[in-house]
Amino acid sequence: MLPVLQVGPLAIQFPGLIMLAGIWLAILAAEHAAPRRGLIPDQLSDVVLISLVAGIVGARLGYALHFLDLYLEQPLALLALNPNTLSVFEGFAVGILASLVFIQRKQLALLPVLDALTPGIAVFAIAMGIAHLASGDAFGAPSSLPWSIELWGARRHPSQVYETLAASLMFWIVLRVQEMQVFQGFLFTSFIALQATARLILEAFRGDSLIIAGSLRAAQLVSLVVLVASLLILHFLSRGIRNPDETASLRL
Amino acid sequence: MFYEFVLELGITNRLVAWIESPRRMTLIIVLVLLLGSGWIVASAAPLGSTTAGLIPSPRPGFLAPDFELDLLGSGSINLLDLRGQVVVINLWASWCPPCRAEMPALQRVYEDLQGEGLIVLGVHMTAQDSPANANAFVQELGLSFPVLLDRSGLVGKLYQSRALPTTFFVDRDGVIQEVVVGGPLNEVTLRSYLQPLLAESK
Repeated sequence: MLPVLQVGPLAIQFPGLIMLAGIWLAILAAEHAAPRRGLIPDQLSDVVLISLVAGIVGARLGYALHFLDLYLEQPLALLALNPNTLSVFEGFAVGILASLVFIQRKQLALLPVLDALTPGIAVFAIAMGIAHLASGDAFGAPSSLPWSIELWGARRHPSQVYETLAASLMFWIVLRVQEMQVFQGFLFTSFIALQATARLILEAFRGDSLIIAGSLRAAQLVSLVVLVASLLILHFLSRGIRNPDETASLRL
Repeated sequence: MFYEFVLELGITNRLVAWIESPRRMTLIIVLVLLLGSGWIVASAAPLGSTTAGLIPSPRPGFLAPDFELDLLGSGSINLLDLRGQVVVINLWASWCPPCRAEMPALQRVYEDLQGEGLIVLGVHMTAQDSPANANAFVQELGLSFPVLLDRSGLVGKLYQSRALPTTFFVDRDGVIQEVVVGGPLNEVTLRSYLQPLLAESK
């Protein structure tokens, strides 16, 4: 664990730094993948930046909505540089909505954009695992396995290491799959399916799961639904193509 | 190179064939549902395995580690005795500018919400500062909440303080609900954390 990096008098929040590096690498990866999908790299990095900015603004406004009376009294608090006063759900919703609006207005095709973004998302997932390792978040369930680590008052599964390894494996798969000529949307949707599978499996080793219905882990139920949904979407996307041989022969 | 290309083309075609076929896809989804729900049930959390609220550790969801420290002035405070109240533990030092910047907000919130069961503990990192500096700081800013002296640095260590200020929000059961590393905290943020904690019944 290394939550704070001390550089002289500066205390740098190490997990935040890794996330920033992750975002930067994600944009690079997306720009790199753009020409393959017939997209302009700049448009793709615009999509990422717009969803980021909108996401952060949405997350703060979402948080403020929960405490409307307080923020109405001192609206300047909306600008506080405190990452704790952000609502994750509202942030995600607004960020995704904003990028969809942008994609619509620029008349970009949604599926190629998602496919081109996928290597970037995969890179970011690795960064997230490392950031969790640095902060001790997303920690594991108590365990006595030989590779368990001492964290938060107990010996635990190194769930952050599992997460990072799974994300690295998925990044490798994405790099392989993006070479394949399959139907549009395949890369993104199959990545979502893999991500859901990984979460479904790895959530079992987490020590901070949200528990519902007595003892079930909410994240696993959501992952299973997402996995089945993405398989169905894959099926329907593939049926949308009249002649699969035609797309395959584009390689030649 | 050519061989790999042909191989990948073969894999691609087979993959697409599987995905396209309604029968095969149905089979896959049924399998996924069976295996998935089996795994979910198998990995269901044994009672209490994730309710970390009983292990002392300085992070949200865990029990606030206990300590007893001398007050600036006279007397001492034991954290355990404050169960039933909402406790804000603020780690600070006089040489830390953001600590200084957030103190007025802490003081105002303390004055305002004291009656609802809030207590603010200003834990002075005495091992990295001096009691005289602490005293001058408290006088200058007119702080009325209890200020504790961490002479040995034990609380700093227990709470894994790596940056100042660090602020812990502890609920009435002694469980940490929020941790803010760095500052300065503004009054709105403080109140937004405290409102739900104070609303919980005693």
